[in-house]
Amino acid sequence: MSHDSQQRIRLEAVSKHWGETPAVDAISFDVAPGQFVILLGPSGCGKSTTLRMIAGLEQASSGRIHIGERDVTRLPPGDRGISMVFQSYALFPHLDVADNIVFGLRSRKVPREERRERLQRVAELVDLGAYLDRKPSQLSGGQRQRVALARAIISEHPICLMDEPLSNLDARLRGEMRREIKALQSRLGMTVVYVTHDQVEAMSMGDRVILMHDGRIVQDASPDTLYNRPATAFAASFIGSPAMNLVRLVASGEAAVIDGEPGAAVAPMEAAGGQLGLRPEDISVLSPRAPGLPARVIDGEYLGADTILRLAVGNQTLRARLPGKQPLVEGQACRLGWAPSAAHLFGRDGARRDDLTPLPVSAAVGRSSGEGGHSASPPCSGTPPGIPS
Amino acid sequence: MDRMNARVRMQLYGALLLLPAAVLLATFAYLPTIATLINSLFLPGFRGAPTEFVGLENYRLLVEDSTFWRVARNNLIYALGTIPTSIALALAMALFVNARLPGRGFVRMAYFTPTILPMIAAANIWMFFYAPQIGLFNKLLGALGLSGVNWLGDPSVALTSVIVMTVWKEAGFFMIFYLAALQGMPPELREAADLEGTSRWSFFWRVTFPLLMPTTLFVLINALINAVRVVDHLFILTKGGPNNATNLLLYYVYENAFSFFDRTYAATITVVILLVLAIVATVKFSILDRRTHYQ
Repeated sequence: MSHDSQQRIRLEAVSKHWGETPAVDAISFDVAPGQFVILLGPSGCGKSTTLRMIAGLEQASSGRIHIGERDVTRLPPGDRGISMVFQSYALFPHLDVADNIVFGLRSRKVPREERRERLQRVAELVDLGAYLDRKPSQLSGGQRQRVALARAIISEHPICLMDEPLSNLDARLRGEMRREIKALQSRLGMTVVYVTHDQVEAMSMGDRVILMHDGRIVQDASPDTLYNRPATAFAASFIGSPAMNLVRLVASGEAAVIDGEPGAAVAPMEAAGGQLGLRPEDISVLSPRAPGLPARVIDGEYLGADTILRLAVGNQTLRARLPGKQPLVEGQACRLGWAPSAAHLFGRDGARRDDLTPLPVSAAVGRSSGEGGHSASPPCSGTPPGIPS
Repeated sequence: MDRMNARVRMQLYGALLLLPAAVLLATFAYLPTIATLINSLFLPGFRGAPTEFVGLENYRLLVEDSTFWRVARNNLIYALGTIPTSIALALAMALFVNARLPGRGFVRMAYFTPTILPMIAAANIWMFFYAPQIGLFNKLLGALGLSGVNWLGDPSVALTSVIVMTVWKEAGFFMIFYLAALQGMPPELREAADLEGTSRWSFFWRVTFPLLMPTTLFVLINALINAVRVVDHLFILTKGGPNNATNLLLYYVYENAFSFFDRTYAATITVVILLVLAIVATVKFSILDRRTHYQ
């Protein structure tokens, strides 16, 4: 369908330089019609600049940007057929909600009658009907966000760009708006490019996440792949809360071991010099007599549904997520285990190494320490605190 | 009892904090105003004779004084000539120097220079521009083969000449306020409008200008006050002449008080000026304020 092909966005080796330093360094990607794509990364990684180049608010230093069949690299923002939601909402403070929403329609000389109809429809869609004659200053943060959304929707542009639209809201409202935006997007079949530094937004909203770092794309994958098969150590450390544990591996005898813990082989010899990655929820904490990696509890952080334990292994620190409240005390010895499939190996340069297979450290299976007969719950039960293994 | 004491003490505390400002304001604003009002009801006593209470006699004289009406009309023309022009010019200059342009700091400074010049110095510069034989303007006209104009000596041109100088002096000052307001406007507004293909012209009238209304109001009041506050450059340029063609209200007050030594008549004119200014300010704040969006 022609409408569909209008929604395709294609970036070819797009760069942006501020003086000598590249903010965005020759990145390329495609966005398919109807996709919800997240640009994720720490601040200063170039994600907002990329979005602004798609919008036409910044000029690309080199490379081409296509929307649909057209090369829009040099087109002004108004001719690109896109709408945008800003982090600050960019509402006009002197105009009421209705005038804010139809601002663009007036610029495009849409007849009054049609403006009214479309306003009616969109106001209902974002649940703003009761607030149309208010000024933005009389609205709550969530309502302002809705006005900004309504302004983007009413233009009926097939593509909507969002620049950290939720970062000014409190945590509870953010959760609500996440679901609402996602629902609107799939209901209206919009193509969305969404910039955020919040991994929760990225994981929960995106069909696809493009993780950026220092102006380059680190990984371009589904949230599931990004979480379960991070392409680099950076991707591994950026996603997850707490993030994936990354511990240094050194050679010892015939295998690679965790730095400072030469007793337990965790990976083949070739992995030495790189890093071992373990999700906190993949680690089982076992009694000191069980087989596994010897460790010592540093401290615990009780969060209600679960507890985050900090554990010392060799001269490295690991975090483990255990369900509920754990009766562990500081300094207590225990053993750790994980399924070999839960371990990730990264090379010296940070890149994922799928050519190597992690070695099993214990008989522990299953992702959560709550499952499986080998992992004790509560762990270390039967051992008085403080007794070394 | 204790609570009562605490309350009284609190009020006393507040009153004491207000006292310095109140004393200054009363001494230099309210007392003189009242004294002027009382003065305007007397005739001056000459050669040590006591002043004589005459009620509204001075006001009757004022109404019949053709020079006063001439001066009042001059001042109205002066206000209409300077206020809209200097504000429009200030806004245009602010928009210009707010944009990206090479040497922006230099241009801003150049626009602001007339403001930091003392009035007397500025008037002297313009004396040189306007001088009939050796003046810059007439030299330029002469180079084009045109006969010169007696800028300050010709009664039909003199007031315009004074107006032009005032606009030159004030526009840069008002520009600073507009520039500050423009810099406070978030750039996302412009970007959000750009995404809808809003033209610059349309954006100015639909967003920039309404958002500048508080500044415009402030500048308007200032410009109005300045328009009736002119003494110094008339003193240098024209002394109100020729034949009162450039005489303005406050200069007329000055003449009456210090040239003709008719202090009570000067007080009468002052009261009228205060009254008119108060009415204008009230109207302006009550009507324009309602239509102005404050952030």
